[in-house]
Amino acid sequence: MTRGLTRHFTSRKQTVEAVQGLDLEIGQGELVAFLGPNGAGKSTTLRMLTTLIAPTSGSASVAGHDVVTSQRDVRRAIGFVGQGNGAGHRQLGRDELISQGRAHGLARADARRRAAELIEDLDLAAVADRKVSSLSGGQRRRLDIAMGLVHLPRVLFLDEPSTGLDPQNRANLQELIRRLHAESGSTVVLTTHYLEEADALAGRVVVVDHGRVIADDTATRLKSGLGDLVRLGFGSPGDSARAAARLERVPEARVEVDGQSVDLRVKDGSAMVGELLADLAADGVPPTRVEVARPTLDDVFLDLTGRSLRETQQSPTTDADAPSAPTESEVAA
Amino acid sequence: MSTFVTDTLNVMNRELKPVWREPMAVVFAMIQPLVFLCLFAPLLPEMADGSALQWFVPGIVAMTALMGASFTGANLMEEMQSGSHERQLVSPLGRPALLVGRALKEVVPMLMQVAIIVAVVTPFAFDLHLGGVLAAAVILSVFSIGVGALSFALALASKGEDWMFWTVQQTLLFPTLLTAGVLLPVDDAPRWLEVVSMLNPMTYVVDAVRALFAGTFPVDVVLQGVLGAGVVAALGLWVGVRAMRRSS
Repeated sequence: MTRGLTRHFTSRKQTVEAVQGLDLEIGQGELVAFLGPNGAGKSTTLRMLTTLIAPTSGSASVAGHDVVTSQRDVRRAIGFVGQGNGAGHRQLGRDELISQGRAHGLARADARRRAAELIEDLDLAAVADRKVSSLSGGQRRRLDIAMGLVHLPRVLFLDEPSTGLDPQNRANLQELIRRLHAESGSTVVLTTHYLEEADALAGRVVVVDHGRVIADDTATRLKSGLGDLVRLGFGSPGDSARAAARLERVPEARVEVDGQSVDLRVKDGSAMVGELLADLAADGVPPTRVEVARPTLDDVFLDLTGRSLRETQQSPTTDADAPSAPTESEVAA
Repeated sequence: MSTFVTDTLNVMNRELKPVWREPMAVVFAMIQPLVFLCLFAPLLPEMADGSALQWFVPGIVAMTALMGASFTGANLMEEMQSGSHERQLVSPLGRPALLVGRALKEVVPMLMQVAIIVAVVTPFAFDLHLGGVLAAAVILSVFSIGVGALSFALALASKGEDWMFWTVQQTLLFPTLLTAGVLLPVDDAPRWLEVVSMLNPMTYVVDAVRALFAGTFPVDVVLQGVLGAGVVAALGLWVGVRAMRRSS
């Protein structure tokens, strides 16, 4: 369990190029989010790491086991919460937890005890003895996560765990994942296209686009690299032009004028606001309005790709979601 | 090998849980054969060698086995669509066990259904030969495992497309039933139909089950029945395991 986990991942998908030559190393105990728009290759990557599909080329190892040559060892070491429902709809929640425990080699009594523990821990007591099909979306998700945890996996993979949940359930789920990660010390790898989720949850954010890693760091560092946005409003376009000229002197700042407002993007901008305002007032162009915005991961994505992640979410491109299906059939054939 | 056995038992036990919990579902699943039994039985002509029911019931029993097992792929299809099949693929359960455990499970509802049919018809003009019925149940078990495996293979090949599964299943179901002589004897059939019937392994299963239900034990007929069921089982498991290995 405590042995350092190293994961190398190199893969080249020539045909659909869902994932192109990804190199990644994740240490034991990290909580990593793959962030990217639909069709970026997040799920395809996860499906390769969980042995569902084989890489076209390149290799990957999870918990020290190769995902192609030691599939069973990988499967023993990982928990997997897919995009759908892991629990069979005709089954009872508790039965599924027990079956999953048995599948992982627990003795009958141990599987029962472990199921009871998880039911208690994930607040499933009220629904565990009901048919899975009668559970709400949030309850099913918790049950799925419980199933992924039955064998205390060294690595837990979650594929878009909060998709389809309402904001309340999403917040609860994030809290649950954070807590489980802190308590278990397992490595947690999840995919998401929710910026807030990656931001709130993960210690490390791997931004994926077009099958490539385009950024890989903590959310804080990714954002601080970008700088804060200071938006200043002025009485007239003349004032804003004059203020902009003055603001150009701020080191490493990017200044944009738009009519009566000036956008200043600069590192630690929030800390300089007082000074900036005093300086502009002294110059005779006191701003009439000030807004300071911390950068979001969307700004990071926009900066890296020139596209907003929110836009790509709203208008999924035609090739979105395509990668995982063709890859699948291609590998199957 | 022991892993395979353990895995298979785990898969089978999981599949059986809904059966034990809701045994009535097994009855609902056999509505069609029961309707056939109720509607056809009064139309059957009197036969020289005894009750027509004696000839017809074994056919209905075989039909129930075929229908139940051929529908079963729909359960896997549902799990493919919901995501629980995927979850099992990522578990340490071996691919062959995922198929074989499911196919073995088919024996249980099939035996329950045979028991129900026999219980229903025994008060009427039907002589119960318990030994024969039990021997027939063994042949039908092997047959059910094979048909179940084929149905799972079809579900896997359909990749979660319902229409594909049902189109193929329905297209094959009735020709298989009819050419096996389940509803009507094929003895006086034209040559081509006779050939089709001879190529249908279910024909031999039905013949053997009829002989055994009648309390007779013609060794050649019974052996052919065992062989027919065995061919279906071997083919089904081979195709099914292959399909499951490719599943992702």
